[in-house]
Amino acid sequence: MTVAFYITAAIALLTTMRVVTHTNAVHALLYFVISLLSVALMFYLIGAPFVAALEVIIYAGAIMVLFLFVIMMLNVGEEHARQERDWLSRRFWAGPGVLCAALLAITAWVIIETAHPSVGHEVVGARDVGASLFGPYLIAVQLAALLLLGGLVGASHLRRHDRRTPLRTDGGKGGES
Amino acid sequence: MIAEIPMEHGLLIAAVLFCLGLLGLLVRRNLIIMLISVEIMLNAAGLAFIVAGAHWGQPDGQVMFIFILTMAAAEVAVGLAVILQFYWKHHSLDADLASTMKG
Repeated sequence: MTVAFYITAAIALLTTMRVVTHTNAVHALLYFVISLLSVALMFYLIGAPFVAALEVIIYAGAIMVLFLFVIMMLNVGEEHARQERDWLSRRFWAGPGVLCAALLAITAWVIIETAHPSVGHEVVGARDVGASLFGPYLIAVQLAALLLLGGLVGASHLRRHDRRTPLRTDGGKGGES
Repeated sequence: MIAEIPMEHGLLIAAVLFCLGLLGLLVRRNLIIMLISVEIMLNAAGLAFIVAGAHWGQPDGQVMFIFILTMAAAEVAVGLAVILQFYWKHHSLDADLASTMKG
């Protein structure tokens, strides 16, 4: 099973690289779905099956379908893809690429220098997660519910289509609105 | 059906995924792909939490991942609503056009 972990890790890294470099938003999104599925398999392999199921159902299922709906609603055409290809030239990649590579090198050095234990000895299932979630983390669960409510209200407020043309046609005076 | 791996390999994969997301956020100018890059970074942070939680055999890492998932869902809902407004206003997804907005 250790081999399976490294294969899924390689798939996750390759597909994530394609997400960052792809010009077509729908294709990038589908690559990201594959990346999420392989990360879910990694969760399962190191002993977190409940979170693996949540990753597939909520992340790859609900959130990505939301993205897909918005991309299809916007109906971004071919000229946008050409514009994207112009933006993806090498001079845009150089500076951020060097900075991210330096950051990654420092992080990798710290990780390799410090951590040496192994993971994946036992399965921590849904029962333990639930007992922890509704025991010591109960306040955090309620705050998460509040956050979701805030997100709902914010999204439903922001998505109203602001009409530029006024609805009233009677010259702006009199009448009931 | 459980894979025993060194902890630093899991953390390194999370670090590489995070840096790829950061690179995408810095380089791309398409607003939707920038939002996807933020999702990549959140997912990498969740992977680091799960690896750390699996090391100690405690459910706390998975609980943190559930909170990250909640935050990602709320952030995507608001972010996509803002992107829709932006597209209706400018008929483009270029993030640089946001500098023309006043207030």
